[in-house]
Amino acid sequence: MSNTVISVENISKSYRLGVIGTGTFFGDLNRWWARKLGKPDPYAKIGEVDHGNRYGESILALNNVDFKVKQGEALGIIGRNGAGKSTLLKIFSQVTAPTSGLVRVKGRISSLLEVGTGFHPELTGRENIYLNGAILGMSRAEVKRKFDEIVDFSGVEKFIDTPVKRYSSGMYVRLAFSVAAHLEPDILVVDEVLAVGDIEFQNKCLGKMGEVAEGGRTVIFVSHNMGAISRFCSRVILLQSGEVFKDGSTQDVIDAYHENLQHRSQMVDGNRLVDSPMGFVRWSVGNKSNNSLYRTYSLNPLELSFRLTVTEPINQAHFGIAIYLTDGQLIWAMKSTDIYKEYLDFQPGNYEMSFNLPSLPLREGNYWLKISANSRLKQFDVWDVEPALEIISKTESILPGKWQGVVNMPCEIKIAPVGEE
Amino acid sequence: MELKSTNQEEWSLIIRPQRAWWDLRLGDLWRYRDLVWLFVWRDFVSTYKQTVLGPLWHIVQPIATTVVFTVIFGNIARLSTDGLPPFLFYMTGNTVWSYFSACLMSTSDTFRGNAGIFGKVYFPRLITPISIVISNLLSFGIQFLIFAGFLIYFKLSGSLVYPNSWMLFLPALLVIMAGMGLGLGIIISSLTTKYRDLQKLVGFGVQLLMYGTPVIYPLSSVDEQWRWLILANPMTPVVEFFRMAFLGTSSLSPLYLFYSLGFVFVVALFGILIFNRVEITFMDTV
Repeated sequence: MSNTVISVENISKSYRLGVIGTGTFFGDLNRWWARKLGKPDPYAKIGEVDHGNRYGESILALNNVDFKVKQGEALGIIGRNGAGKSTLLKIFSQVTAPTSGLVRVKGRISSLLEVGTGFHPELTGRENIYLNGAILGMSRAEVKRKFDEIVDFSGVEKFIDTPVKRYSSGMYVRLAFSVAAHLEPDILVVDEVLAVGDIEFQNKCLGKMGEVAEGGRTVIFVSHNMGAISRFCSRVILLQSGEVFKDGSTQDVIDAYHENLQHRSQMVDGNRLVDSPMGFVRWSVGNKSNNSLYRTYSLNPLELSFRLTVTEPINQAHFGIAIYLTDGQLIWAMKSTDIYKEYLDFQPGNYEMSFNLPSLPLREGNYWLKISANSRLKQFDVWDVEPALEIISKTESILPGKWQGVVNMPCEIKIAPVGEE
Repeated sequence: MELKSTNQEEWSLIIRPQRAWWDLRLGDLWRYRDLVWLFVWRDFVSTYKQTVLGPLWHIVQPIATTVVFTVIFGNIARLSTDGLPPFLFYMTGNTVWSYFSACLMSTSDTFRGNAGIFGKVYFPRLITPISIVISNLLSFGIQFLIFAGFLIYFKLSGSLVYPNSWMLFLPALLVIMAGMGLGLGIIISSLTTKYRDLQKLVGFGVQLLMYGTPVIYPLSSVDEQWRWLILANPMTPVVEFFRMAFLGTSSLSPLYLFYSLGFVFVVALFGILIFNRVEITFMDTV
């Protein structure tokens, strides 16, 4: 009991849906006046029933979340989009307050939801280090003490007196992360978006976080990246629809997460409830050569299958698909119109849609898929497909990590002796 | 509840749905004091870096405004200036008024203007309006130097102006103006998280308020019948006091400044209380 450093006690957070006030003083006044005269609400949407006394519905982004974190623990928080991860992060970082419940914290807590918050383009790298450090809660003396270390880690010492607006986006992110990485709170709450930049720097960032965790400090890491989660975290909490779905050892919870993801039960995208006439419900690797639904061998033929649900007749639909590296780097993307040359019409019903690739020339690892359904005028659904596509290799590569690359291409080598010329 | 009473001292931070209204977290404010200066520095650098006209603008603007006032209100409308050189008279009004209105206008956008930062990281939100008020001192300083230059010129060329030792109270005047601008500004800022159109009223309201303050006319020229109305305006004693200190003429007792001070105290306290209330959940509505 004595070494509990964070105690989350029955936290709930509700957000009201829709527009409650009209957002302007005169709008509210106008509505009040109309109601007073018994006229219909001038701001009601067409086709919406006017209840007269409208209190917006609310959704519970977090519902009675309750857990404790011990000193030195590295806790992972996972869950699909809209499960409440970001809301929980916002509460930890005091950006917003819970609707009910308490969070008690022992020691200094720092949350990183973003790197480079408050960076000003006109200021030099040096000035921004001080500014950003102070925004994150470091004192001037503290930044001064760590200044050389920060610059060193970022690798931009040559440009430290150049305004950051002249930096490349990579340099910018590196500098920003370096400041964040040198915070020394007792408890660090990190969002996965932090691991940014090129792969080398990303690994450096993850390494730095590992160091923090091993140094006996408490880390809460929110992520989609199961690889990183299993690398750092000894315990994981799986959130689902705002509730703690599972809390336990890393492997158990990650397994539960994958099981949980097989059906995209509700179409939830971020905090937005998609009430769309067309959307994707689940996906799988259609290739039946192995028993896992989301896994395939490098260079094998691949069929990506998506279950599409249509509830209203849709005209002129088209689709897009994309494959990303886990750092967000796009590898490949395609539109259905590239192949069909025309738009497609749909009647209500369920459809199985598959993309067939003769071979997938990618190295082993996890890849993100994104798929979208659109009409010419509207986007119906964009799904950052979960779980990620996993590619495994039949042959063990003996190349060292930095020579792994992304693409796996079949290749033959011929060597033949050449006579005198 | 039992747990709470026994363990309370151990917890360094308790995040709860609503803070008690007296829990202003002034300790946090002190801990983040470095940030105030860094924000001021940022404002300074971003205004003056790479803009040739940046500093120049602060010189052109007060002189141009004063010339326009002199021509329109002095020469065309022929308003009284209490026997003072019209140019200096309008310049005093303008110098004082611009600082107050700049503080009010820029702090009234605190929540909406900084939603980007506020949505990502916690620091005491009050840091932002405080740094704005300090940043604005810089343009006040420039305007004041211009005014001082003209004052010396007029004095040397024999105008009947009498700068006196009341001018030592200038810092107190600045505190009053900053406090009033900040207090009103953060009240408006707190209200604008719900009602966006209030922001538009601010510019208009500040302009109207200027005509309700002896900026372009002396208090002595106001009818006895309406004088109470102008006197109720807490900016009136500030402008009048400033004129008395630097030009030597005023029809108002310096004691009225206590009224302004009292007003500042009330408005700043009320502002901080409401700001404190709004800051913890405003990200959900903004």
